[in-house]
Amino acid sequence: MNFSFLYLMGVAGVGIFIFIALSVLILVWLERKVAGHIQSRMGPMRVGWHGLVQTLADMVKLISKESILPAKADKWLFFLAPFVVFIPAYLSYMVIPFAPKLIIRDFNIGLLYFLAIPSISVVGIIMAGWGSNNKYALLGGLRSAAQIISYEIPRALSVVGVVMLAGSMSTVTIVKSQSSIWFILLQPLGFLIYFISTLAEVNRIPFDLPEAESELVAGFHTEYSGIKWSIFMMSEYANVFAGCALCVVLFLGGWHGFLIPKGEPWSSVVSLIWFMVKTLILIFLMMWLRWTLPRFRVDQLMDLSWKVFLPLALINIGLTGLFILGALKLFS
Amino acid sequence: MEFYLLDVLLVLIFSGIGIILIALIFGLSKLISTAKPSEVKESTYECGNVPIGESWIQFRVRYYIFALLFVILDIEMIFLFPWAIVFQRMGLFALIEMAIFVGLLVVGLVYAWRKGALKWV
Amino acid sequence: MIRTEELQLNMGPQHPSTHGVLRIVLRLDGEVIVEAIPHIGYLHRGIEKIAENRTYTQVIPLTDRLDYVSSMMNNFAYVLAVEELMGIEVPERASFIRIIMAELQRIASHLIAFGTGGLDAGAMTVFLYCFRERERILELFEMVCGARLTYNYFRFGGVSQDFPKEFAESARNFIKYMRPKLDEYEDLLLNNYIFQKRTKGVGVLKKKDALSYGASGPVLRGSGIKRDIRKEKPYSLYDRFDFEIPVGKNGDTWDRTWVRLEEMRQSLNIVEQALDGLPSGKVKAWGVPRMIKPPPGEVYRPIESTRGELGFYIVSDGSARPYRMKVRSPAFSNLSLIPVVIKGHQIADVVVILGSLDPVFGEVDR
Repeated sequence: MNFSFLYLMGVAGVGIFIFIALSVLILVWLERKVAGHIQSRMGPMRVGWHGLVQTLADMVKLISKESILPAKADKWLFFLAPFVVFIPAYLSYMVIPFAPKLIIRDFNIGLLYFLAIPSISVVGIIMAGWGSNNKYALLGGLRSAAQIISYEIPRALSVVGVVMLAGSMSTVTIVKSQSSIWFILLQPLGFLIYFISTLAEVNRIPFDLPEAESELVAGFHTEYSGIKWSIFMMSEYANVFAGCALCVVLFLGGWHGFLIPKGEPWSSVVSLIWFMVKTLILIFLMMWLRWTLPRFRVDQLMDLSWKVFLPLALINIGLTGLFILGALKLFS
Repeated sequence: MEFYLLDVLLVLIFSGIGIILIALIFGLSKLISTAKPSEVKESTYECGNVPIGESWIQFRVRYYIFALLFVILDIEMIFLFPWAIVFQRMGLFALIEMAIFVGLLVVGLVYAWRKGALKWV
Repeated sequence: MIRTEELQLNMGPQHPSTHGVLRIVLRLDGEVIVEAIPHIGYLHRGIEKIAENRTYTQVIPLTDRLDYVSSMMNNFAYVLAVEELMGIEVPERASFIRIIMAELQRIASHLIAFGTGGLDAGAMTVFLYCFRERERILELFEMVCGARLTYNYFRFGGVSQDFPKEFAESARNFIKYMRPKLDEYEDLLLNNYIFQKRTKGVGVLKKKDALSYGASGPVLRGSGIKRDIRKEKPYSLYDRFDFEIPVGKNGDTWDRTWVRLEEMRQSLNIVEQALDGLPSGKVKAWGVPRMIKPPPGEVYRPIESTRGELGFYIVSDGSARPYRMKVRSPAFSNLSLIPVVIKGHQIADVVVILGSLDPVFGEVDR
């Protein structure tokens, strides 16, 4: 380990941050446009081409806005919560293989890392909820805890099948082992459970219980304003992107696709485009769901994940095991 | 050994970078934003009324038993991953073994379910 | 068990989904509601008292401000009461126009109730769809009387002006446009698995409770009681129209929402029949004096408003101003059900149940 390596990593860290900031700007714009067109209106139209710069303008507004600290809040919890929510979302980008060799660090337990790290965000949400000293925020924070204990297990169990097929937890190896067949074809049930649990993890309708604006006003970030609030917003969209990206890595063949030239210098660019397009399709699916469905109740979410998804995920593991055994028998 | 340490170190470095960058944004915001605190502005929001009672209370968490079950199953999950990696090499034996292990936990889960623990009390 | 404390939570008046300025003080045990006490009066303007200092005609615009999402209905009820007091005969065409307007208003108002019902459950899109449709009704109203919210359209003995020429066609177009939309909303919201999960068996209102709290309108009918003043005690010319009264089975939130959707269908039928049979003639009775001085006496005339039984009780002492005017507002009685229906449910259910009771605070607080 030498100095130039650390320097490179530092550049990569800032690079990811800029990537997150840019992707959030675009995703927020996209969400508004998708929502607008689903609801038969236009969405933002005034700032820039079809309102493209609208989110940038909003960002400037949010940075220059007063950040109110409630007199009764726990100052440290209140201040630190945005950090604790954002950092895990940021860290989870470390193991996403965007294209061959375009990955910050290929951990050999990359998948487990990805499952574990974003869950830390929940601690931040609870901190925000408790630290605000606001009853709505408190309820939102506690709902977040309820949410994590309900979706976390089905989510992790649903990817066990993928690990069994790939024989590795490294995200790069998982993508490489999908060169001939995407795992969604072998693991449709796993994909479904994983995708729905991801919806819950990134707090989106039908599982946006911690914020549930019609019930809890704004949930855990009721008391937040200005830049602190926008960090929450940013982490939410960063999580959306990361969750969908991992879904692509696990089930949709990652950077694999058709028409990728071999050995050419631009072949990894084509792979990157494939990866982004797949991720965007999943993100669009999430937005579509958000603007179509109502919201679950906390106990219903728990019922769903403990009584439906958990047994299904276990069955999925068993079936995958039998499938692999059968395949091994057949080809040996 | 050093390889794993490097990974951990990297995560720490990245956390550091993240914290510094967020702190920078906070600093920038502090520089250009206005700050005119007032008593009403800093008051706790409760739909326009003065809050009744405290919000830092011994809240009744109704999913307590779920949380206990969660811990058990979360550990089971950790055991499943290494098993899944070596599964292709181990074959049928591994499947039966894991079926027994998961089976025991499932029996526990079914028992809890029957007992009504998987209910929002 | 670990000792836990109850949480006292203020919901409203500044809350995104209390449908106006309702304040509910909730006592929570975890997320479950132990007690819910509604506090009203944030929108009190003293309309009943103001009415005592206005001439009868000047009260009509005041009634617009009662239930501001269905102003035509308030006009209708007030005007009917005064007409009964004075013994004015309304020309047939005017009655037809009134019924068309009232039923269109019912659709517009139910669209809001239906849409916000979805919004409360988290489905925002259906809300905006409903507002898009309501916009078309408001355009029809604008065509007829120039106003979009507070119409001030009804007069003693008729309405202020006749339909413009293009109205009939526009209204027919609207009916043609609206029918498939209602089916679409039924699929989008009522048949949605999550929405059914959120509303079926939630906020069950028993027949007994509904009757003893004086509930009326869709709230009462959702509980399975077939009661509609349009059929039971027909006013204006409602006995000439053919329509059904939808009745719910379980009295839960879903039933109330369904009843509203079904009522919109029936209202479309009524409007269509009225447009078909619209007679020609005058739209205002002849010989109604400019300064109304009803003979001394009292009258109570209820109509089936969007939210239920809306009645004006008017006491006249023979002068040009009402001696006393009391509004029997359906939303007020329906709102008083809150402690009964909400108790034992969760916070998430509060807004959904409240939305299904569909209160409008202009009418509750008056």
